Amino acid sequence: MRDVAVVGFSQSVSLRRERNRNEVEILIPVLQELREATGYTNEDLEFVCSGSSDYLAGQAFAFVAGLDAVGAWPPVCESHVEMDGAWALYEAWVKIQMGYADVALVYGFGKPSMGDLPITMALQLDPYTVMPLWPDAISVAALQARLCLDGGVMTDRQMAEAAVRDRAHAKSNPHAQVAGDFDVEGILSEPYLVSPLRKHDCSPISDGASAVLLASSNRAGDFSKRPAWIRGIEHICEPQDLGVRDLTRSRSTEIAAEKAGVGAGRIDVAELSAPFSHQEILVERGLGLGADTTVNPSGGALAGNPLMAVGLARIGEAAARITNGEAERAVAHATSGPCLQQNLVCVLEG
Amino acid sequence: MSDEATEDLRVLRMPVELDYTYSAGRSASRFLRAIQEGKLLGQRCPVDGKVYFPTRGACPQHGMPIDGEPVELPDTGTLVTYSIVRVPSANIPLELPYVAVQVLLDGADTVMMHVLGECDLETVHMGMRVRAKWKPKEEWSTSVANILYFVPLDEPDAAYDSYKEHI
Repeated sequence: MRDVAVVGFSQSVSLRRERNRNEVEILIPVLQELREATGYTNEDLEFVCSGSSDYLAGQAFAFVAGLDAVGAWPPVCESHVEMDGAWALYEAWVKIQMGYADVALVYGFGKPSMGDLPITMALQLDPYTVMPLWPDAISVAALQARLCLDGGVMTDRQMAEAAVRDRAHAKSNPHAQVAGDFDVEGILSEPYLVSPLRKHDCSPISDGASAVLLASSNRAGDFSKRPAWIRGIEHICEPQDLGVRDLTRSRSTEIAAEKAGVGAGRIDVAELSAPFSHQEILVERGLGLGADTTVNPSGGALAGNPLMAVGLARIGEAAARITNGEAERAVAHATSGPCLQQNLVCVLEG
Repeated sequence: MSDEATEDLRVLRMPVELDYTYSAGRSASRFLRAIQEGKLLGQRCPVDGKVYFPTRGACPQHGMPIDGEPVELPDTGTLVTYSIVRVPSANIPLELPYVAVQVLLDGADTVMMHVLGECDLETVHMGMRVRAKWKPKEEWSTSVANILYFVPLDEPDAAYDSYKEHI
């Protein structure tokens, strides 16, 4: 295996609605910030991979416009995944492992405010028996939360505690959308949004973008004084049908965590991309995190959820804490699909 | 077994309709607002000075943000290539035959697609000098369709070298 590191990270502020800027205009300053932070130029890049979704953009091949922000010269091998940028990072990591590249640019961007996101998300469900019912994403997550509560897997107090923790952490994150001091009793006294989920159990709808520069050990030192080395990365997918898997645990997170080697040492920092509080608890358990891990120092997805960029941003946030010396070993998580269907786990070390 | 209720379901009709509130973005909005006033805006790449038409947020060659003031372009240019269209297309409501053209506006480094009018088909050729024929001013909107078509100018052809990079 080649040693590959995150050597740069940038992200936009998560906003409920970018009124004037289109997707590529959200991305342009993010890539410019990455250029300035790492000093990379297009001559350094040997591979470029992005994550975005035509369903969010409402047009086919919407990702092509994003290349305006990258620059087409000199020409390099370029790829796109219709997924969160974390999976674009995985593809770039594979490319570097195979020896096709030493330096790769990865980015993700999304502007879900253009559509009705909870309804748009229905299109990722089974197209024959579930999707025609048009269940919105919050209701689907609420079914899972109900299973967790009724099964005694967790309490609504624990869910509220996760939200309070994340929003408090987000106060120090200038890119966060929802931050502040909330208290558990206050949250528990609020009405349900979709029972048993309250507003605070849900991530916000966010427009935004994030970008990461990856480099092999040959080049990492050119861009970063303290690269965050990827020591394990794995993604596992569960069946699409909600009825054939145990929704009260995240098996795919457990398997990915084991394969990525999360348990091989102390984890200082974990950045999780779970968009609902009960899912955050399931992921935390799936990763096997202990009390000595700081979970979501950035606030995680509950503080800002720019779809297609949020998972990549978790990897970036975890890497940034290694690069600035706050953490020695960190884990980042990204998710895709309804009810934590697919999960990616990435272990980073200084 | 011919009972309707027991027949196999062979077709599932499942209409999908999603609504979007689309924003053209800052750069395209600036272009569209200008063309409503009859102005054609391009933008200059900060790296090599090439002028892109219409305005866009970044230079697609270098990826560099274009923050500078837009460049106002004239409505004259050179026909760099063309195609005489004799086949109807469902989404193009033009009378056949028509001439689809690519025009390099004077001062621009990228071409725009449009159609040529008021011209004998036999005389269309590369290098022709052309000018935009606008709709009446009171009909102008935030649309490239404010230009009805391009018409030939009574000028000598542009030299091939002046547009060969844009064919």
